[in-house]
Amino acid sequence: MNLEEYKGVFIYAQQVDGETSPIAYELLGKAKELAAPLEAKVTAVLIGSGVKGLCDGLAEYGADRVILVDDPELKDYRTEPYAHALASVINEFKPDIMLVGATAIGRDLGPTVSARVHTGLTADCTSLEIGDFPIVPVAGKESLHNQLLMTRPAFGGNTIATIACPDNRPQMATVRPGVMQKIAPVKGAKAEIVEFNPGFTPDNKYVTIKEIVKAVNTTADIMDAQVLVSGGRGVGSAENFKLLEDLAEALGGTVSCSRAVVDAGWKPKDLQVGQTGKTVRPKIYFAIGISGAIQHVAGMEESDLIVAINKDEDAPIFSVADYGVVGDLNKIVPKLTEAIKADKAAKAG
Amino acid sequence: MDFTLDKQHEMARQLFKDFAVNEAKPLAQETDEEEKFPRPTVDKMAKYGFLGIPIPKEYGGQGCDVLTYIMAVEELSKVCGTTGVILSAHTSLCADPILTFGTEEQKQKYLVPLAKGEKLGAFGLTEPGAGTDAQGQQTKAVLEGDEWVLNGSKCFITNGKEADIYVIFAVTGKIEKRGKFMKEISAFIVEKGTPGFTFGVKEAKMGIRGSSTYELIFTDCRIPKENLLGAQGKGFNIAMHTLDGGRIGIAAQALGLAEGALETTINYVKERKQFGRSIAQFQNTQFQLADMATKVQAAQYLVYRAAAKKDEYVKNPKISYSVEAAMAKLYAAEVAMEVTTKAVQLHGGYGYIREYDVERMMRDAKITEIYEGTSEVQRMVISANILK
Amino acid sequence: MKIVVCVKQVPDTKGGVKFNPDGTLDRAAMLAIMNPDDKAGLEAALRLKDQYGAEVTVLTMGLPKAADVLREAIAMGADKGVLVTDRRLGGADTWATSTTIAGALRNLEYDLIITGRQAIDGDTAQVGPQIAEHLGIPVISYAEEISVDEAAKKVTVKRQFDDRYMMVEAQLPCLVTALSELNEPRYMTPGGIFDACAAEITTWGRDDLKDVDDSNIGLAGSPTKIAKASDKVRKGAGEKVVPDSPDDAVSYIVGKLNEKHAI
Repeated sequence: MNLEEYKGVFIYAQQVDGETSPIAYELLGKAKELAAPLEAKVTAVLIGSGVKGLCDGLAEYGADRVILVDDPELKDYRTEPYAHALASVINEFKPDIMLVGATAIGRDLGPTVSARVHTGLTADCTSLEIGDFPIVPVAGKESLHNQLLMTRPAFGGNTIATIACPDNRPQMATVRPGVMQKIAPVKGAKAEIVEFNPGFTPDNKYVTIKEIVKAVNTTADIMDAQVLVSGGRGVGSAENFKLLEDLAEALGGTVSCSRAVVDAGWKPKDLQVGQTGKTVRPKIYFAIGISGAIQHVAGMEESDLIVAINKDEDAPIFSVADYGVVGDLNKIVPKLTEAIKADKAAKAG
Repeated sequence: MDFTLDKQHEMARQLFKDFAVNEAKPLAQETDEEEKFPRPTVDKMAKYGFLGIPIPKEYGGQGCDVLTYIMAVEELSKVCGTTGVILSAHTSLCADPILTFGTEEQKQKYLVPLAKGEKLGAFGLTEPGAGTDAQGQQTKAVLEGDEWVLNGSKCFITNGKEADIYVIFAVTGKIEKRGKFMKEISAFIVEKGTPGFTFGVKEAKMGIRGSSTYELIFTDCRIPKENLLGAQGKGFNIAMHTLDGGRIGIAAQALGLAEGALETTINYVKERKQFGRSIAQFQNTQFQLADMATKVQAAQYLVYRAAAKKDEYVKNPKISYSVEAAMAKLYAAEVAMEVTTKAVQLHGGYGYIREYDVERMMRDAKITEIYEGTSEVQRMVISANILK
Repeated sequence: MKIVVCVKQVPDTKGGVKFNPDGTLDRAAMLAIMNPDDKAGLEAALRLKDQYGAEVTVLTMGLPKAADVLREAIAMGADKGVLVTDRRLGGADTWATSTTIAGALRNLEYDLIITGRQAIDGDTAQVGPQIAEHLGIPVISYAEEISVDEAAKKVTVKRQFDDRYMMVEAQLPCLVTALSELNEPRYMTPGGIFDACAAEITTWGRDDLKDVDDSNIGLAGSPTKIAKASDKVRKGAGEKVVPDSPDDAVSYIVGKLNEKHAI
């Protein structure tokens, strides 16, 4: 493998039902950042059927070039034709870096493709940067520059490792949704569009999709919220979440919850923050009646500002909160809602 | 001499612990509060072979040893004393005598479904006027043609109304011994649903409130002749032998209760704060816990030793394990009472509240000093052996 | 039908993670368990065995003590255990792990391979799909339901995606990755434990792997290298107050939010 041949930062521009997934834009934002010190171009790889119309959107969010693999076989996501498409793009265009979203699709596609092109893959990264490997020079060992350093949590968020892929290309990573920042879109931006079709011949690895059932999603995506009012077991009941909903409304935010709340059946799973739920990083995160198990903290500690209200002064949530209040949420939250409303009215006036 | 468990027993303990915590514990409070037999737990125990642990595979059992079975009773009793005694009565008092004294036909017909957990077992010896003193038995069995006809009643029967197969003792005649007439006692296997076999009152108890303690009533209850268990007249021996084994089960129940109360208390004293520090930081708490832990450990050794001795007996029926069983039961029961009482004390006011598990554990523990031979009877067994 | 289930022994993080006094993870204090997603995969295999009749082989790669999870699997009802262990295989990343396991699988007959989606220590979800790739068989990840048509040599899987699920049909042999939501794994049985402890565990080393090049195994054969690893340093605690009244609490919070221009 001649590593010199591999150039450019590529992202897999995930689309579902002909709609670009938010992760694609997030990856473009990061790719642009990584491309700067490398003086490289940002390429989006768009795979699907009849999806050419999505190219401009990718350009607006930072793609210099879009490689489009468009084929009727690629209508719905299936591991096989998609892996063939992406692996063929990698073999043909030889990227230095290949980023894929750590979505359900990306975490299926990424491993298959990395195995096919024989390179390493670092899963579920939360931070990516360009640097030297080894990070600190080691005597007698060549110091490699311009390496992708991929940082990821492991062990349920309890350990953190930075990984490099010095001898294989591309350097591949899946990136956790909601972690990277997209850029403000540049209206009217255009990218070079390269259409590429490696040819698709069904074999034993092609599966047949018998049925697709979409979940009806009526709740706002907590990963998009600027303000989250999150409740835990301490809220006491599904009915009592009304207190939090009122506060969220006053703040213009959204209600989320801990795993205990989902387990108790008070709130649906898509509102769950944490290791087995969603990773969020709102501007303000209220943790109300949440003890702060490590699995929960892993999903919200990147929030800009964390306010915790809990009656147990030893609750672990206080060790991550910027502002912790020991007290009864039933008494504090309604008054807080009123105070926020009053504050807003005063500012508006 | 090796005090560590081997791999298979370690794995079995982990299994019982997981099962107890996941399945039995969530029902423990309701079982006690509503005096409700924990049927869902018993059904799951049946599914996973817990009702036939020391029974050979050829009779539908798990082919494990007594120690494994004892650990099951111990782990279940840590979280729910009722569940522990249900398993103990089924295994030690019903399946075991059929395995030991039954004919091949009886084993196929009764032991196999007991071991597979398709049927639940119970044991009827005690009567209002006859506890340990078997000579006080009033229930009679008379052979009429091909049938034994039973008349009389049994009381305080664990698994009473929930069981399907009962080992019942009755007077079948008189024998002369050194010029004195003694009652001749025999053992029988009786199935639920046999005409003339009904249930009397359900006892309202201090502890182990979900164990379905009933009076059994026999009124011209006819059972087939072949349901005589062991030889006619050997009932007393069968009962004493069975109770030797049963005592190890109850010792394990007592041990489990003591361990459960100790664990609960250790967690509590670390959390509970008084005068600005956790009560675990007070020397009184520390010393109390040290004594409790030491006694629990000693009890465990005695119980495991008795189990190991019974395992030896399985291979060599010439040896006796009755002294080991009596010592284990005596000590473990008294430790259970002491440790659960101290656990309540260390919990302070909360220990007296139903919501806290130690309150139930203390009530559950008391019976272990009473049934299957009171502590006084255990002392008689032990001293008789020392002084012989 | 022959089913191979790949399992991993992992430290149990469920009951809370234990730390050393210096803040690093105390791995020794955590119980080694069968990875939950893998256990769900095993349960799925055992249910197929109950339903259709199948021979279930469990395979693991790890230190010699990883044989414990094989014994657990046998005690739950699996038929055979294979342990792949060799110093030369140590330090493997997902690439080298998947080439190794694929090399072991080439020695076995299989219609269906089931792996867990991901392990709770690594959380990568990569090894399953990569094994399938090395073996040239289809992969269906995130299975919530599995059914098999033995005659037609087909497997149908309800596969979960973020906002939807798909019913997918694939030809056997096929690899399926299981989610712990797939089922409630059964307990071991006491007799199963005794049998498992007496059972012979097949142990393979590097030389038993089929069609695996030295350049693709162990630390040296791993494309990814650890540049830095640390136990996560938690964000330090901010302020904590115990206000005298709810009103004090509210004015404290509103004051701080205004101070930070958060509202």
